Amino acid sequence: MIVRSLLVGISMLSLTVFVAQAEQKQEIEIVYFTQEKTAPPALSNLDPFIRDKGELGAELAIEDNNTTGQFTGQLYKLNKVIVPIDGDVAREFNDKIAGKFSFVVANLPADDLLKIINANKPEHTLIFDAGTTDDSLRQRCASDVLHILPSRAMRADALAQYLLKKRWTKWFLVTGASDEDKLFAAAIKRSAKRFGMKIVAEKAWDHTYDARRTAQSDVPVFTQGVDYDILVVADEQGLFGEYLDYRTWIPRPVVGTQGLIPTSWHRTHEQWGAVQIQNRFKEQKGRWMEEADYGAYLAIRAVGEAATRTQSSQLNDIKPYLLSDKFVLQGYKGRPLSFRAWNGQLRQPVLLAAPRSLVAVAPIEGFLHPKTELDTLGFDQPETKCK
Amino acid sequence: MKNILWIVALCAAVTAQAETVYVTLEKDNALAIVDPIAGTLTKTVPVGQRPRGIAIGPDNKFLYIATSDDDTIKIIDAETLEEVGRLPSGEDPETFALSPDGSRMFVSNEDDSQVTVIDVQECKAIKEIKVGVEPEGIAASPDGRWVISASETTNMLHWIDTESLAIVDNTLVDPRPRALSFTADSKFVWATSEMAGTLTILDAETRQIIKNIKLEVPGVTFDKIQPVGVAIDKDNRWGYVALGPANRVAVIDAKTYEIEKFLLVGERVWNLAFSPDQKRLYTTNGVSNDISIIDLASHKVTKSVGVGRYPWGVVAKP
Repeated sequence: MIVRSLLVGISMLSLTVFVAQAEQKQEIEIVYFTQEKTAPPALSNLDPFIRDKGELGAELAIEDNNTTGQFTGQLYKLNKVIVPIDGDVAREFNDKIAGKFSFVVANLPADDLLKIINANKPEHTLIFDAGTTDDSLRQRCASDVLHILPSRAMRADALAQYLLKKRWTKWFLVTGASDEDKLFAAAIKRSAKRFGMKIVAEKAWDHTYDARRTAQSDVPVFTQGVDYDILVVADEQGLFGEYLDYRTWIPRPVVGTQGLIPTSWHRTHEQWGAVQIQNRFKEQKGRWMEEADYGAYLAIRAVGEAATRTQSSQLNDIKPYLLSDKFVLQGYKGRPLSFRAWNGQLRQPVLLAAPRSLVAVAPIEGFLHPKTELDTLGFDQPETKCK
Repeated sequence: MKNILWIVALCAAVTAQAETVYVTLEKDNALAIVDPIAGTLTKTVPVGQRPRGIAIGPDNKFLYIATSDDDTIKIIDAETLEEVGRLPSGEDPETFALSPDGSRMFVSNEDDSQVTVIDVQECKAIKEIKVGVEPEGIAASPDGRWVISASETTNMLHWIDTESLAIVDNTLVDPRPRALSFTADSKFVWATSEMAGTLTILDAETRQIIKNIKLEVPGVTFDKIQPVGVAIDKDNRWGYVALGPANRVAVIDAKTYEIEKFLLVGERVWNLAFSPDQKRLYTTNGVSNDISIIDLASHKVTKSVGVGRYPWGVVAKP
């Protein structure tokens, strides 16, 4: 019997992989770290609250990694650490993860993520941020965290490219009360400036947050007296944005956090093999793949891709590979995905989706870049202080 | 007597046409019939839901067409264009390979991560072989020894022994392998990797990679160079690789592996097929809805023929 499971030292290009014996499997353990969530205030009774967003994507990625692993002699294990609602994220990280694991996929809000970044020793643990869209986290210019989901700036740029193509250049910006809404609005303003759009009006939504009974009277008055092409809404929690469409004073479409949304994943997406993973996910997990699932999926697939190529389970081999030019991740979006080495952001196309149809995929044709058109989305290296 | 004359006249009319090109139209649910000499679309016939992969049997009598949304591979009479049978392909068939004698078919089942082996005569599935995640490209060696299945998400070529119908080896290649082709002498395998923009050449005897070519086109950003279809001429002189959204076909010297030139064809060029005499190469251009005809003596694109929406697969019959 031929036993040649690891051909260490042979150049990767000429590496032929043999089926390894079970006892020789190289183990790669990945932690999925999140906190239990409470159901948000119900805007309507249409969409059920999904408790395991992200977690099921992580599971599918481990399964996919292991399908490859059976041929490469590697075994991937998922270790879920789920902090209870009243638990302390930083303490759980210190107690259960810090110093013990090399790869952690965190699905946490920005403030919690920052706590674990500060508690982390990057030489021991690489954190994959599969939950935030926060631009300030990405401006730290540190490579101790890899950010999987597109930042707010990338999303706003994707929208702006499409709106410019449509020549819908006069925007009316409506912003909710939360800090996140203000960050989304800031990203919208940055994109408007970047692509020469005009924000002709800007208003804070201060009406009731359960608008089911009142929207018909509130929204026309709220949007009256402004001449604009498109209503851009910043409402990340989804508290009022859904009630703007069809109720504005003049007939104008809604984009932003509701209406036409920029996202890295959507159930309407089926091109470039996406229909395959949508089907696989739905069949195995019993629901649609959500954006958080896609984030966790890509993070774990990235570890798998790097572990396959380097034939290593070690952080010291895998991390440099992830940040190198050699790393290419297939993400069902028609372009190779890779990390921006200067801030750890995964570069990727951004989908522009209506509830039941995929409208466009950014970068929109015609927006050019000397290196990759994917870098027309979000902060490009010269716009940051990162090296 | 009158009837016989009429039949003779009809036969003469059929043989006068030197060659027929068949193109599956994914979005039109149809098959386009092209006269490549005249450079015209002869006709379009409905063929089933979402037709993609297409092949012709070794005797040139029957076409095999994967109608993905009908979950079957249809057998179509190449002359009458009537459906004469269906093969049990499993769900959502897209690509498949015929054994050189046409007796067996190997179908990639993307959703189930397996290859289904079909006895074509019996119209029966005889084996399911587990492969990596999302198998797509598949090719049979002309000497009948191998079938190789490429899994897009596992990034591997799985070497299936056609005697035992089992995987005997797996080769890791660059991200998202899409299509592969053997040289006519079965000695080499060319495999494209869509997301890496590379072509990998393997020695079929040792099953080792002997060359990896990064396909770079001046003036085109790297992430638009997404190689898909690949074809090598029977003399093993030139190989051709369709570059997807780079809208070009790479012409590669099959001896030195140097890139000779890039031919500008239609938008999102996908799959390739030779004319039976190998004087021409046909390309399906998925976005511009046409096929390009390349003259292989001069390596020039001579014509594009509008065929219908989303041309996917192409095959030629003498």
